[in-house]
Amino acid sequence: MINQEIKSYFPILNQEINGHPLVYLDSAATSQKPVQVIEALKSYYEFDNSNVHRGVHTLGNRATEKYEGAREKVRNFINANSTEEIVFLRGTTTAINLVAQSYGRANVEEGDEIVITYMEHHSNIIPWQQLAKERGAILKYVELEEDGTISLEQVRAAVTERTKIVSMVYVSNVLGTMNPVKEVAEIAHENGAIMVVDGAQAAPHLKIDVQQLDCDFFAFSGHKMCGPTGIGVLYGKKALLNDMEPVEFGGEMIDFVGLYDSTWKELPWKFEGGTPIIAGAVALGAAIDFLNEIGLNEIEKHEHQMAAYAMDKMSGIEGLSIYGPKDPAKRAGIVTFNLDDVHPHDVATVLDMNGIAVRAGHHCAQPLMKWLEVSATARASFYLYNSESDVDRLVEGLRSAKEYFNDVY
Amino acid sequence: MSTNNLDQLYRRVIMDHYKTPRNKGTLENENVKIDMNNPTCGDRIHLTLQVEDGIVKDAKFDGEGCSISMASASMMTQAVKGKDVDTAMKLSSIFSDMMLGKDYDDSIDLGDIEALQGVSQFPARIKCATLAWKAMEKGVQNEDKS
Repeated sequence: MINQEIKSYFPILNQEINGHPLVYLDSAATSQKPVQVIEALKSYYEFDNSNVHRGVHTLGNRATEKYEGAREKVRNFINANSTEEIVFLRGTTTAINLVAQSYGRANVEEGDEIVITYMEHHSNIIPWQQLAKERGAILKYVELEEDGTISLEQVRAAVTERTKIVSMVYVSNVLGTMNPVKEVAEIAHENGAIMVVDGAQAAPHLKIDVQQLDCDFFAFSGHKMCGPTGIGVLYGKKALLNDMEPVEFGGEMIDFVGLYDSTWKELPWKFEGGTPIIAGAVALGAAIDFLNEIGLNEIEKHEHQMAAYAMDKMSGIEGLSIYGPKDPAKRAGIVTFNLDDVHPHDVATVLDMNGIAVRAGHHCAQPLMKWLEVSATARASFYLYNSESDVDRLVEGLRSAKEYFNDVY
Repeated sequence: MSTNNLDQLYRRVIMDHYKTPRNKGTLENENVKIDMNNPTCGDRIHLTLQVEDGIVKDAKFDGEGCSISMASASMMTQAVKGKDVDTAMKLSSIFSDMMLGKDYDDSIDLGDIEALQGVSQFPARIKCATLAWKAMEKGVQNEDKS
């Protein structure tokens, strides 16, 4: 059940900013952390801290069990077939880079195509740009529909037999659009390409089933789903991961080391060079427990409600334009907007003076800003701890921003 | 609604420069051309200068950004136009001190620029105000080398 009680699990939300109770509407950038997660981090360092996969001693075993236990929680969370398919990394960016640098370098040749879309986050653009430049491959963008959605016709038009990789965001961090990644994966596979899903904005908000999506890779970050920063996950199909070379070499990932040659550990450890982010993984496990207890379906429902309520209230403000799908059912809890010709930074500063935290800028999606024909936008993003009263505060803040700038102009 | 603090940031003279920017556009006879952006927020400035015999003879800017960044660009071009390069650099360093909330040299008349003093109370907006000045510094330094 999502109710006001949930907010009380998040100590950070219980404070005043510039003399007003904090309203945090920037969860798409990073979510806040519940006491359960903070406690897991603290308890790991107070009782279990040790290095993993090597200690004969009790703490070493305990840390390893906690770390690998977290991997099993992640496996279950996204319904992967096996923990061998769950690689702990720093975050979505690192995960996509691993796919580009390992799978991409081995499989993309001159003249091959990589297909992405206009609504990608920079983390799902630059790794492919770099790969395309290096291999002489062609980077193609799927056009968006006018309402900021993706049509399968456009995907079919872009994906050809020369396409080796299709990579797409599941939920747009700007438009909130939920993309038909399962259907896109089918199109990719029909053409002999693999499907990579940037799940950074999806994993926190809806039930993920990688087997049902039939994607080949799925990347997401812990910090956007109530977990700590510095921990993220790459899911990959076992057959693909098996054939891939690591991109980081050194301790922890090796099996046998000779003077001039070495062999790698089994999956997934061959991709986890160096001492891993043990505490981060353990705390991510705690975040998953927390989310499961509430229920991802409940969270998704709550966000649709928040988006619908926000869009309804915000459209009552004269001069306010909202980007992306008009139908709240087609979007997650992200509402990106502009207010008349008041620059989004100025809007964000006025809101901040009222204790309301929103994002302003290009949201790490410059090609999308170009497509929208704006240089910047403001974004309110909602999570399980937000309520209608937060939206009311936002709307009130926007009205006062409008009034303020009308006055000073 | 706490507008008192906001008034420290959005002074009337700033909004005036934002609404009716001075020296907006592109010089045709420029010998210094600089593009700079603020990658974290998307503000960008295109600055053209005509520097001759160590004097900034003319300056124009174009770009996109918030009220603070655009007003600051307008004020910057106004301030450096007609000044020698050393004075322009001196103004830039005074401006930087002002943004950091330090005591700054008040022997030079800063004119409208003084209105930006309140920005130092808003750490998130300091980069908006300094963008145009950074572009000017970079441009003038490159001109020195050529």
